[in-house]
Amino acid sequence: MDKHLPDEKRYFFDKPQNVERLLRAFYAVCGLLFILDFFVHRHIYTNWEKLPGFYALYGFVAFVVLIVVSRLLRRLLTRKENYYDVDE
Amino acid sequence: MWMSELPPFIPFFLAALLALVTHGHVRSALMLTAPLLGGLHLWLDMPEGVLLSVSLLEFDLILMRSDRLSLIFGYIFHIAAFVLVIYTLHLKDTMQHIAGLIYAGSAMGAVFAGDLITLFIFWELLVISSVFLIWAGDSIRATKAGMRYLVFQISSGVLLLAGALIHYRYTGSLAFDFIGIENPGGWLILLAFGIKCAFPLLHNWLTDAYPESTPTGAAVLSIFTTKVAIYTLIRGFPGTDILIYIGAVMACFPLFYAVLENNLRRVLSYILINQLGFMVTGIGLGTALALNGAVAHAFSHILYESLLFMSMGAVLYRVGHVYASDLGGLYKTMPKTTILCIIGSASISALPLFSGFVSKSFVMTALLEEGHQYVWLALLFASAGVLYHAGIKVPYFAFFAHDSGIRTQEAPTNMIIAMLIAATLCILIGIFPQYLYALLPWDVDYWPYDTTHVIAQLQLLMFAALAFVWMEKRRYAPAQIHTTNIDAEWLYRKALPAIVSDIRSLIVHIHRTLYLLLTVLSLLMIFTRNIGTWLTGNLTEKLLVLLTIFIIAGL
Repeated sequence: MDKHLPDEKRYFFDKPQNVERLLRAFYAVCGLLFILDFFVHRHIYTNWEKLPGFYALYGFVAFVVLIVVSRLLRRLLTRKENYYDVDE
Repeated sequence: MWMSELPPFIPFFLAALLALVTHGHVRSALMLTAPLLGGLHLWLDMPEGVLLSVSLLEFDLILMRSDRLSLIFGYIFHIAAFVLVIYTLHLKDTMQHIAGLIYAGSAMGAVFAGDLITLFIFWELLVISSVFLIWAGDSIRATKAGMRYLVFQISSGVLLLAGALIHYRYTGSLAFDFIGIENPGGWLILLAFGIKCAFPLLHNWLTDAYPESTPTGAAVLSIFTTKVAIYTLIRGFPGTDILIYIGAVMACFPLFYAVLENNLRRVLSYILINQLGFMVTGIGLGTALALNGAVAHAFSHILYESLLFMSMGAVLYRVGHVYASDLGGLYKTMPKTTILCIIGSASISALPLFSGFVSKSFVMTALLEEGHQYVWLALLFASAGVLYHAGIKVPYFAFFAHDSGIRTQEAPTNMIIAMLIAATLCILIGIFPQYLYALLPWDVDYWPYDTTHVIAQLQLLMFAALAFVWMEKRRYAPAQIHTTNIDAEWLYRKALPAIVSDIRSLIVHIHRTLYLLLTVLSLLMIFTRNIGTWLTGNLTEKLLVLLTIFIIAGL
């Protein structure tokens, strides 16, 4: 996986426990933000927003849709890197 | 006071002229002076409502018209020009220096142009100067991309001129104010602006040419051309309904290409279109809130988009390429560039306390006020999507991800200083948006920081990021690999040449068939007339027959 050059200083993300700590903090922030929706009084404009955690769900789903559709598009659109270089 | 009537493009053109005969520190000082003095002049001496016209062939060219709209674009263009001059100070390339100065100056000229003919002149100067920044990429790909860029941009100029003349016939005025689409001239002008603004299907000149430019050139290009187009759309076509939907398409479709694209500067080019989409939607809405949103977003966008392009320029300058598949772990050797790039990412993702947050929300709020709920959902999707590309993909794959083993050095000091200024402004605008809001052209009472809005935006972004973490752990996201992804440019780079060559071979085919038919006919005629006298006939006729046979054989 990671290439460590010999005798090189270990950097922050070279230690897996640092990555793990960062991710745990991130999960905690996500959880906190989701719970906040039930406590904070929100000024809302649309019916969509009545759903608790609407923005969280929408962000998550939007991202998944983006990736899934892109995987399908890859089959349709992706060509070799020199696709345009020939016959031009 | 005479100074207040000095059109803002003049200092840049003068500096370009002087750059021709100077070099080294003198030229550096000169290039820094132009945007600095020009900017101070604009800020201190230039009130609203200044007009300056010059007579040319019985026609009055309005070289300068200052109002709140042109002034705010003037300010940000001067700031950006100053930052980019610093960014390019290490260059020894006279051509890029001069082209860059004329390019920036032309953008000032276009923004302060008071009539359509003056606009046309600067419109063309923008093209001619900017293409040299692409050609400076100095490769066959750059040269060819530059040619395609020229074809698009010059078509835009021709459409603008034709549209202006038709508009004149209908309205009797060449003034550059509200144009609208009531007459065919207006449609042509909209199309001209649309090409420059990278409307869908007309956008490939951007994603084609910008990534081929030099490390510094792409950062310069990312600022002026498209934002001049945004300015002209705000002035000429506010409230044109069709723009709401064009903008929504622009905000969404580039996201999919940006997932697949491996060249990080091309990713940024697609993201540039996505950001323009938010502004175009705002222009289409046409309310004071939405138009202010388009202006504010253009203002902050110029800073963070150029910051991102500058950080990738720094990587390109040090490593020699910007392929996501081959980078990674650069935070170890380019820590300053990493942090500055992340600030740009946070700004473009519209994280609270960064500039994108205080400008993007105008358009979102205006969409809800005008009852466009589905367009709002589309732009919300685009907001989550942009987090992936500019927010995660660009910094993550370049600076973190798996360690590529590349060990390089930090970007040159002048590059760091330029990025630092842009990053500082991104944060200042994010924390103190009132100073930006005070410059906006329309009076609107708006404040982005209320609890609901901040929490909603944080939820949207954090959960999109959570989806990224989840997919990255499962290795579900499409791999970063060296590819070409077919876009609208396929039409003119593959389909059109194929059709042309098909037509050509069809013509050749018809030509041959006719030729063959005629020869056979003449042969038959000769034979039927002369078959009896063949043996005794004269030499000319025998030769004619032989010649015909040769011709057929030749086919």
